[in-house]
Amino acid sequence: PSSHGGMGSYSFVIVAGGDNPIYEAEFTPAHKKDAQDSANLNQFVIHAALDVVDEMLWNSSPIYLKVVDKFNDQLISAYVTAGHARFMLLHDVRNEDGIRSFMHDVHELYVKVLLNPFHTPTQRIVSETFDARVRALGKKYLN
Amino acid sequence: YQRLGDVAFNKIEKVSGELFTLMYGAIVIQVLKDADGDAEQTSTQLEKMGYNIGMRMIDEFLAKSNVTSCRDFKETGEVIAKVAFRMFLGVTAECHHSAPTVSPPADGSPQASSDAAFRLVFVENPLSEFVELPEHCSNLAFSNLLCGVIRGALEMVGMRVSCRLVKDTLWGDEHTEISVVLKEVIAEHYQDDED
Repeated sequence: PSSHGGMGSYSFVIVAGGDNPIYEAEFTPAHKKDAQDSANLNQFVIHAALDVVDEMLWNSSPIYLKVVDKFNDQLISAYVTAGHARFMLLHDVRNEDGIRSFMHDVHELYVKVLLNPFHTPTQRIVSETFDARVRALGKKYLN
Repeated sequence: YQRLGDVAFNKIEKVSGELFTLMYGAIVIQVLKDADGDAEQTSTQLEKMGYNIGMRMIDEFLAKSNVTSCRDFKETGEVIAKVAFRMFLGVTAECHHSAPTVSPPADGSPQASSDAAFRLVFVENPLSEFVELPEHCSNLAFSNLLCGVIRGALEMVGMRVSCRLVKDTLWGDEHTEISVVLKEVIAEHYQDDED
């Protein structure tokens, strides 16, 4: 699929400290929705990119890593929180500013989730408000 | 009372709001764990804890707030809402008084004396900021500690009340509401030590 600026498809995953995904969201315009298989492939690709992220963290301590890896013609951007949660975004268009703003705002929402005493850091995020707000942010910055 | 509340708030020692919220959240989770996830038991336990706190808190309140005796239960409600809440929680509540019911009960039983009561209504609740109740304890009275505090404090000044969390923003309501009903005015017993 060729990348044309703007309408990209994005796959967003938050990975907690123990390398288990605690949140997933897809931002794909309707006309580009693939078969179910691509969801699994995306997870695999993101998981592979985690190793790259971890390696980069050994050498420096950035927060927003920008594009860390490439798979075919898909890019992976990463953002790491102080608590070592990694926000991984799989996308096929370059959109650095939008992605950076997206990650930043999601980070704020993520901190609020962490402050909920019923949530443990390695648990899947079940809050519907969180999900709704992340999707709204996706609409705002990624499309 | 609003002014008294503000003065008391400014005088009293403060802690970080977030620290307070996080500590209370941790307490609730621990009590819930100890109760094996039983939300009702946890609510009851929180009330009991609050009762013990309230019994002690009343002295600090009376010492630092400069309020005078309340003439009636209505005033008690106002003082709690405007002074005590402000002093200890940093928020002001509204006190709503319900008209006492006059109509006789339908089943012909002797009419109970209309209980004096008031409702404390507040929107901001430092105890439950950032909290979202999970499904398996959606009926948990998260802020039930407050009910216990009110009950314990009032008992120390001669009023036996029943205190209940009737609405909670955590339950999807538009505000949090505590109903306080006066059950009995406790007559003071003086021990005659001379005999």
